[in-house]
Amino acid sequence: MSHSSAEAIFALELQAVNKQFSSGSRSVNALRSVSLTIDKGAVVGLVGPDGAGKTTLLRLTAGLLLPDTGTITVFGHNCTDQLADVHRLIGYMPQRFGLYEDLSVAENLKLYADLHGVSHSVREQRFQALMSMTGLAAFTERLAGQLSGGMKQKLGLACTLLSQPALLLLDEPSVGVDPVSRRELWSIIEHQVKANDMTVLLSTAYLDEAERCSDVILLDEGHILAHNSPAAFKQSMQGQSYRLSSPSLSNRNLQNKLSGQSDVIDAVIQGDKVRVISANKDLATLPLFNAEFEGIRIEATAPRLEDAFIALLRAQHPLTATQAISPNVKTTTVINDATVIKVEGVDRWFGNFQAVKKLNFSVNRGEIFGLLGANGAGKTTTFRMLCGLLPVSNGQLSVAGVDLSKAAAKARARIGYMSQKFSLYEHLSVLQNLNFFSSAYGLRNAQRKNRIQWALQQFELEAEKNTNSGDLPLGYKQRLAMACALMHEPEILFLDEPTSGVDPLARREFWNRTNQLAASGVTVLVTTHFMEEAEYCDRLLIMREGDILTSGTPAEIKQQVRSVDLPEPTMEDAFIQLVEAKIS
Amino acid sequence: MWSRIYALLIKEFLNLLKDKKSRFVLIGPPIFQLFVFGYAATYDLNQVPIAIYNEDTSIASRDLIAKFNGTPTFKEVLRISYHEQIAPALDNKDVLMVVHIGQHFSRDLLLAQHPAKVQILLDGRNSNTAQIALGYAQTVLSDFNIQWAKQHKLSLPPAKLEVRAWFNPNLESRWFIVPGIVGLLTLVVTVIVTALSVAREREQGTFDQLLVTPLSPLEILIGKAIPGLVIGVIESSFIILMAVLWFKVPLVGSLVPLYIGIILFVFAVIGIGLMISSLAVTQQQGLLGAFLFIVPAVILSGYATPIANMPPLVQDLTLINPLRYFLIILRGVFLEGLSVSQLLDQYWPMLLIGILNLGMAGWLFRRRMY
Repeated sequence: MSHSSAEAIFALELQAVNKQFSSGSRSVNALRSVSLTIDKGAVVGLVGPDGAGKTTLLRLTAGLLLPDTGTITVFGHNCTDQLADVHRLIGYMPQRFGLYEDLSVAENLKLYADLHGVSHSVREQRFQALMSMTGLAAFTERLAGQLSGGMKQKLGLACTLLSQPALLLLDEPSVGVDPVSRRELWSIIEHQVKANDMTVLLSTAYLDEAERCSDVILLDEGHILAHNSPAAFKQSMQGQSYRLSSPSLSNRNLQNKLSGQSDVIDAVIQGDKVRVISANKDLATLPLFNAEFEGIRIEATAPRLEDAFIALLRAQHPLTATQAISPNVKTTTVINDATVIKVEGVDRWFGNFQAVKKLNFSVNRGEIFGLLGANGAGKTTTFRMLCGLLPVSNGQLSVAGVDLSKAAAKARARIGYMSQKFSLYEHLSVLQNLNFFSSAYGLRNAQRKNRIQWALQQFELEAEKNTNSGDLPLGYKQRLAMACALMHEPEILFLDEPTSGVDPLARREFWNRTNQLAASGVTVLVTTHFMEEAEYCDRLLIMREGDILTSGTPAEIKQQVRSVDLPEPTMEDAFIQLVEAKIS
Repeated sequence: MWSRIYALLIKEFLNLLKDKKSRFVLIGPPIFQLFVFGYAATYDLNQVPIAIYNEDTSIASRDLIAKFNGTPTFKEVLRISYHEQIAPALDNKDVLMVVHIGQHFSRDLLLAQHPAKVQILLDGRNSNTAQIALGYAQTVLSDFNIQWAKQHKLSLPPAKLEVRAWFNPNLESRWFIVPGIVGLLTLVVTVIVTALSVAREREQGTFDQLLVTPLSPLEILIGKAIPGLVIGVIESSFIILMAVLWFKVPLVGSLVPLYIGIILFVFAVIGIGLMISSLAVTQQQGLLGAFLFIVPAVILSGYATPIANMPPLVQDLTLINPLRYFLIILRGVFLEGLSVSQLLDQYWPMLLIGILNLGMAGWLFRRRMY
């Protein structure tokens, strides 16, 4: 074994790999003649839209699936007939790592050490090293089921690293993990690469994460669209990234206007500016900057990896015209500064654990309000209380002018809720789901018909209306879930990690709709772990251990950590610094 | 309110019927169990393997042996020729019974001074089967006695039992068991459908989505209870149809008392299913909870063993078991043709149990909403 791995040049080599899945009458080409090589010691990021074939590629490499045609070799061992050797060399962490929730952290580690045949002589030392690296040393006796999402992922990674694999395969290791834990996950991975000469292949939906890799592979519909180093990707976009601001237009309006332009590939809000990717090198001379955009300030900015990907993907999937149409929500709603959510001295106890401590804040009509916090900070609890899914222990909570403790049903009729699981009835078709939710919200006859028609059209679900929602791609599920939550034209929309695990394109589309909703007067309350998304919010509230850590506009929050070393902090920098400052 | 409940109902039925797995649960196991129980569960003994050890080679002993072989109950599988063969035949369960006809059998018969003896050696490990086999053997012997007495002009036995079984003249145990299966399967399907309904939604996260709609807990409860009622009634109708058409069990009574019983029974059982459902977080817990209820409910119902044979305390316990009343109704209507007025004493306890159960379920539902 050691003999052949010494000869092998590449850690992983795929040659013309094809893989097709068929369910019922539909068949999907998950991978189409994919060829690639990964050098030893490289950290390679696998990115691409949902259904691009990222998980299939990882599972094929792990030997859990066999390719239809083509060969896969891991350190010179063929994945088809030398599977036992391959298994000894790789460590694979699937999206949901199989932790035994009723076993303690130490018992889980021991179990995986037994499963991987880690010898008793090295075991103790490795346990200790991994526990101190993951920061779980203080929690070895805690049940895995009681860990926070970030800690679970770290434990999963520790279990995968026990056998010290030569090739580490990670499938979206940081989905649902807060930025602090995410940074910790990365430092573990980087340490392993250096200390044990490990090769890593990981898929991710976070493009800032992909920037940390030595190489990035962009998959789309089973093809490799590009394979390069992050620096090369960024180089290709040189001179096409700009940041714009206008004295007369709000960011959201500016972004809306820019999104429609033909030479603008992408426009997103970034703090107090709008970030634009131009199809042309010279933005300022474009005809779009006529009188309408008077006084606009344009500054060139360094391209990000995300810019390159959006440009590459947009070339494959051009923005269709309908995606830009605004979802027409009740136009009667007057946009004013009226408070629509008021939280006064709200407490929540679970047994003798206080999850939320004397919370006070308010949200104004038409605002996009972000609720941030590390895993376990109490934001989910707060969120559930606001939706009326959890009663408060103490305090006053009013939503849309209705006291939740007195008239919960009345308040519920005026809010829309979308959970991170996109809770839909999987066995019901798109149309049946819409039918059900519209009736559940008390819509009838013509109004119901109109809203269903609106949803099918606005969310481009017409073609899929008879597909079972369980068979839809993730991006479509997200659209349908949002459509269901909007059937009754709610005044307030609650979004619980709405873009968790969703690719950048679908995420943009989603925020487009959300911005338009807010513009039409709908109040949006959102939780997210994507710090760039926090920039889209009007105001933010960061929670820590059930308390308010800080609140304010994104710019104000970033201002708090601005220093000589960090003149232009990102939202993520701000979040991590603020959360960690309170710990120490 | 009703339009919202109607929407819930449509969703509930679509969810049940469009999912291959839950559709199978409704159709597959009940049919399978119906046939297994209908054919396999019987108290009748047929073709019991016996051995015959005949030391008396006479016409009389051959007549007796012919009588044993002539009934469908017994089947001679072994002829024993010396004493040592007896023990292994019984030990190895080759035979259930050994009929030993001694050397002096025909001599004693003809002299008529001592009673002629026939020894029966039984495998008593399953006492129930041994008892039944012995009963059949005694019938064979008494037939032989009467025939012998007539042929030899002897005086007949002084008294003789004249048996007429009412309601089931041939004492076919299938007539007793198949109506019971109606109760058993209706119980299983209804409890499982309702016990899993909320748990499934909790697992998929759709329950939260339901709770943020203006639907009230009561509306959700009704929306979950009605599908159980409809499915329970359809299920029992199907099994009743099979009992009459396939298993040829006579349905003496009318359908009215039967369906009043079915509806009340399903009503009572739904309450239990929904209680389990409001406590269970996952489908697995729901399923375990359902079986935790189903197994004792069947044992304490009189389905297999008579309630009268149970210790007094356990007999009292059966009073809270809706299946107990439903079985009396089923057997009463099927075999005796009981009317509504004769069954009132069975109806009201089920109604009471149903109201209490649904009330409890509603209370738990509210408490466990969060």
